[in-house]
Parts: sequence; structure tokens; C-alpha cells
Amino acid sequence: MSTAEIATPMLSLEQKKRARNVGMSLIFLALVSAFFLSARPGDAGFKLVDSFTLVLPAQPFAQALAVLLGALGAIQLYRGFGKWTNVVLAFATAMFVVGFLAWATSGGSFNLTGMLQDTVTRSVPITLGAIAGILCERSGIINIAIEGQLLGGAFAGAVLGSLYGPWVGVLGAMAMGVGLSALLAVFAIRFRVDQVIVGFAINFFSLGLTSFLSQRVLTPYPEYNIVKPFTPYAVPLLSDIPVIGVALFTQTYFVYFSFFAVAATTWFMYRTRWGLRTRAIGEYPQAAGTLGIDVLKLRYRNVWLAGAIAGIGGAWWPIGTVGRFDQNITSGRGFIALAAVIFGRWHPVGALTAALVFGLAEAIQLKMSNLDTGIPSEFLLMAPYIVTLVVVAGFVGRSRAPKAAGQAYDASK
Amino acid sequence: MKRLFNYLGERLNKISSLKLTFLAVLSALVVGAFIIVVSDIDNLRDGDIIGALSTVGSAYWALVVGSFGSLRAISNTINSSTPLILCGVSVAIAFKAGLFNIGATGQMLAGGMTALWVGFAMDGPGYIQVPLAIIAGAVGGAIFGAIPGILKARTGAHEVITTIMLNNIAAFLILWLLKTNLFQREDRTDPISKLVSVEGRMPRLFGFLDGRSDLIAHIGFIVAVAAVLAYWWFLKYSTTGFEFRAYGLNADAATYAGMHVKRLTVLSMMFAGGFAGLAGAAEVLGTYGYASTNFAGNIGFDAIAIALLGQSTPLGTLVAAILFGALQAGGRQMQTNSDVPIDLIIVLRALIVMFIAAPLLVKTIWRTKNATVTAGQTFRGWGS
Repeated sequence: MSTAEIATPMLSLEQKKRARNVGMSLIFLALVSAFFLSARPGDAGFKLVDSFTLVLPAQPFAQALAVLLGALGAIQLYRGFGKWTNVVLAFATAMFVVGFLAWATSGGSFNLTGMLQDTVTRSVPITLGAIAGILCERSGIINIAIEGQLLGGAFAGAVLGSLYGPWVGVLGAMAMGVGLSALLAVFAIRFRVDQVIVGFAINFFSLGLTSFLSQRVLTPYPEYNIVKPFTPYAVPLLSDIPVIGVALFTQTYFVYFSFFAVAATTWFMYRTRWGLRTRAIGEYPQAAGTLGIDVLKLRYRNVWLAGAIAGIGGAWWPIGTVGRFDQNITSGRGFIALAAVIFGRWHPVGALTAALVFGLAEAIQLKMSNLDTGIPSEFLLMAPYIVTLVVVAGFVGRSRAPKAAGQAYDASK
Repeated sequence: MKRLFNYLGERLNKISSLKLTFLAVLSALVVGAFIIVVSDIDNLRDGDIIGALSTVGSAYWALVVGSFGSLRAISNTINSSTPLILCGVSVAIAFKAGLFNIGATGQMLAGGMTALWVGFAMDGPGYIQVPLAIIAGAVGGAIFGAIPGILKARTGAHEVITTIMLNNIAAFLILWLLKTNLFQREDRTDPISKLVSVEGRMPRLFGFLDGRSDLIAHIGFIVAVAAVLAYWWFLKYSTTGFEFRAYGLNADAATYAGMHVKRLTVLSMMFAGGFAGLAGAAEVLGTYGYASTNFAGNIGFDAIAIALLGQSTPLGTLVAAILFGALQAGGRQMQTNSDVPIDLIIVLRALIVMFIAAPLLVKTIWRTKNATVTAGQTFRGWGS
């Protein structure tokens, strides 16, 4: 008896509640599959590669899915998966999305691999924006200006890319990102202005300036706004893997860079002196300062670096996709990136996961408008946001931010 | 004599914040002028600096004339300010409780739709219908605004995420609603609503002047000013208002003092939603008379800048919103008169916010003394 008690790790009330929420949600998803997704007969074709289309009978699949999810939910409620909870939840959600797509396409077919590729492509600006946010916030500067930095990067990338080619465009976008983030740095660090205020002001400044210049300069001189975008580069060998090869390794340089940025940031943040110091000044700058770390200098550097990365994220629009700049082309992606920072709990890999979820949402939205499902398309379009809401409320819950984020550092205090 | 000097010195210190605002606006205009000149490629190619400078002159003159130059301009300014004031109060009241309401856009859409429904579905004299529709707008916005509050209180989900998500949800919800039989205008296929009945429209503010149909300002402005007054009274005299401020300044202290923090979270978001809902009602019942998909525009975001500029105080928010509204009205005139795109005013707004937020900077540039240095946090940040 007593050994069993010791063997069971103590769970806080909050953890127990979350575990229960996970179980309940699994049961809920099972019910949806059983009564809703299984209502449409017909085969759903998922085109994986040119020569092979996976045919999934929608109805039996939904029923099997309901049983599987119900079982997982029951186990979770009865004894819990412990540290595997997140893995189980991710797996269950992925299966549910497949079931949902099978339901939506039943009687037709669509290109699943293409959608996955689209997902990864569309996650790029969100990932890079979120990395920029993490770099700043981990060192104690709230970066609400991600949207502005993305937009500035997109503008600079379009103009310089049109004049001197895409690579110069990317450099220009980085420079623009650094410029805007330097503004944030100077105001937040040097003048100790409220970081949220500066951040928002930079967003407006960037939106206003790029819209103004685009109407005043780019409209009469369209030759400044036509970029030759990067074409996808197939990584040798890796791109030959079916499905994954197309989704992950037949992409533009932007995708590879975003993977690299996530890996590098994770490594830097947790394996280097620079990262340790960054985390220190984001949590308790006074202590870090006492130990001889130059808090202000490190903050400046991290904010500049963040700006450069966000700038590249902005360059994705003109140089990675459409080849031109339009007013407010980012349309709120910077705020989605901000949500990804919190959603991903200030960890680069978490942010990447969140960005992929939002990327999937965008990719599904595009597909959904072509499918006839019988329920108004608006509700399908709204679904990803509702899911995010449920996930954040049900599973993520109270997230712990870097403690000093938002506070100006004053060495004399 | 010495006492007199001391007194005058104090007075000067007090007006320094007004001086600061003036200098901040001036600085913003100078930077704006620079941007106009630099982007005037045609004149610059000809080496015509005078021509470029005259563009600045005519643009800024149009800005003044278009915002305050005539009764019509003033009416336009009032009309643009109305939703900005209401949404500004919405964001400000959340800031006071330490919460960040990015969701004014969604709340405005929700409130606009409920007000619209009362507006066209009801038949009755205007003096009953209009107040009912306004209340419906406030209730609709409050219900929609309460969602992030409840989510935060019960699960700790951060309001920045939830309000952004709810903005998107509201946008699609409106798109769907405007295509249902209930809302869609007969004989139309695009998402556009039925017209609010003539009695249900908000009366024109200058309705007593016959034959001036170009004076579009409506009594929504009175609602907005009343909302500011209510906000002022609420903060200064009500117990809940005091609790809001305590909660916003120090959540732990408020908890220890025995305040129901969860209730305050829900209430503050509900109030915020209610004010934004009023803005939606004002736009639908006053300005347009119907709803389209984007009747909320960017007002919810502009409101954040307004609340920041006004430091979330009632008077500050009112003045900032009128300033922004004047820029909006003047900007349209500027675009027609001088070919300078209206987007310049977004830049000007950003610069004004930036300069006002950084008194130290203005002080350095204009070499003034006595500028007060403000620093601190607007909202509680990402934690708890």
C-alpha cells in the first residue's frame, strides 16, 4: 500500500484537471467521429504520390476512429498516460484530422501531399516571427512588433529584390527587420518606454509607411515591385522519400532556413553560454547584472538578431511566394506568431509546432472552399481558430512567461 | 514674490504634459513631411525641391481643412471619432484591470449584429427602437467579450491568444450570418444585411439644420461621450472600479485584499466587450444603416493605440480618439487634394504615439525642461 503511494508521483490539482480535460476531449472527439463523421458514406481518395492514391472508406474509418479515440480517452480518464499524454493527444488529434478530411472528401479525392507541402510552406513566416518573439521575450523584451517587422521585411524584400535580385532582397529584408527592431531596442532599453506601446507604435509605423510608399511609389513605378521568387529546391536523396520528401524537402530556401532557425535557436538557448545568459536576463536581470553580465548589451543584440530573423520571415511573401508586395500583405500573421510564442511556451520547437498547426489551418481553408460538405464553409474556415481556443483553454492553460519580460532594466535599482 | 515664482514654476510643470503632447505632434508632422518629400519621386527626379515642399504644404493644409475647416469637416471628424472613442474605452478599461483586449474588432462585430437585428426586425417609434438597439449592441458585445474573460478565469488561457482567435471567429460568423435569410438583404447574393428601418436609424447630430444631408455625424457621438463619462465615474467612484484598478496594479495584492479576482477578470472583459459593442451599434445604426462584412475595419486596432496614447484615462482616451478621428477625416481630404495617400495618417499616428511614449526623446530633441518621465507597464504581461 505504502509503496504504491510512493510510486505514484504526486500530481498537482492543475495537472489532474488538465489530465481529466485531455480524457474528456478524447471522448468528445470519439463521439464526433461516431455520430458526425460516420454519417457520410463513400470513399475518400488521398493522393499521396502521382502513382498512388490512398483510398479510405470514410464511414468504416470514422467508426474505427471512434473506437480508437474512445479507448484512448477511457484509458486516460481511468489511469492516465502520464508523460506520454501529449504524444497520445497529438497522435489522436492527427488521426482525427485525417478522419475529418476523409469525411469532407468522401466521394471525391484530393492531393494530401500537396496539402502537407502547403502546410509547411505557410508555416514559415509564423515560425520565423515566433522565433523573433522568443529571442526577445527570453531576454526580457516583449516583442509585439513582430507584425511590423514582417511587413517591413516584406516591403524591403520586394523593392530590393526587384532591383537587385532575390538574394539582395533577403538581405534588404533583414536590414529592414534589424532597423525596426533597433527602434524597439532603443525605445525599450535606452528610453525605457513601455514595450507594448513601442511595439504597437512600430506595427502602425510599419503598416503606414509600407502602405504609403506602396501607393505613392510602387503603384506608379511597378518595375520596383516585381521579384523573381525562389523556386523550390529538391534536397538530393531526401526529396525522393515518398510524401515526406515532397512535404519537407521540396521547398524553397525559406523552409530550410526556418528549420535551421528552430534548431539553432534551441541549441543556442539551452546549450551555450549565450543562451544561459539570455534566459538569465529574461528572468532576473538584476541578479545577472550583479554577476557581471552586460544586460543591456545582450538585450540589444538579441533584439537585433530577432529583427533580422523576422525580416527574413517577411521576405517570404515577395521572394518565397507571390513575387510582389501588396498593402498589409502579412494580414495579421505577426499576431498569429505572437500566439504561437505563447502557445509554444517560449520554446522554439513548441513555436514550430504551433506554427505548423496554423499552417495546416490555412492549407485546409484553401482546400475546404473547393469541397462540398453540406455545412456552411464559414464554419469549416472558423474551425482552426475554435480548435486553438479549445486547446489553449483546455490543455495549455496558464503558461509561464519569462519573468522580466516587459520590464525595463535599470542597473541602479 | 518668491512664492509667486514657485507657484508659476509649479504651473509650468503641470502644463508640461500639454507642451509635451504639442511637441510630440509637431515632431510627428516633421517626420511625416520628410517622408512625403523623400517619396515624391517625380519632383525629386526633376530636382524640384520647392515642388516637393509645396506638396507637404498642401497636404498638411488639407489635413487641417478636412478635419476642422468647415461644419462638414467637423461633422466628419465627429463621425470618425465616434467608434474610436468607444473602442478606445473598451481597450482602456481592460488595460485598467491589467488585461490586454485585442478583441475589440470581434466584439464590435458582435455588438453591431445584435443592434442591427433589433434595428430591422423591430417596428416602433424611434425613441424606443434606437435605445433598445443600442442596448442590444452593448449586450451582444458584452457576451462576446465575456468569453475570453471566462476562459481566462477558469483555465488561465491568455486573453491575447483568445481575443485574436475570437476576432477571426467573429469575422467568419458575420460572413455566414450575412448570408442567412434572417440577415441577408432580399434580392442580393453578396453578404450584405437588410437595411435598418428609418425609425431605427440613429438621428443625425445636426438634423436640426434642414437640407444638409452631407453632415453625417450622428448621436452615436453623444453615446460615446456618455460612455467616457460613465467610464470616468466607474473608475473614480464605484467599488468595482476601485477593484479593477487594484487588480490592474497588483493582482497578488488584490487577491490578498479579498477581491474576487476571477470575477474581476470576467467583468472587465465583459465591460470592454460592451463598449466595443456600442461602437458596432453606432456604426451600423448611425453611419451605415446596414452591415457588411468589414464594418469594423481596423477600428479595434486603432483603439489600442488610442488607449495607449491616452494612458487609459477617460479624458486622455477621449482626446486621443478625437485626434485620431480628425486625422482620419483630414486624411481623406488630403488624399483628394494633394495625391498624398491617406496611409500617411497611420504613420503620423504611430509617430505621435511613439513620441508621446518617449518624453525623454522629445526632451532631448527640443531641449525642453521639466518633461515628466513616464515608465511602467500597461498590462500585466504574459503571466497569470
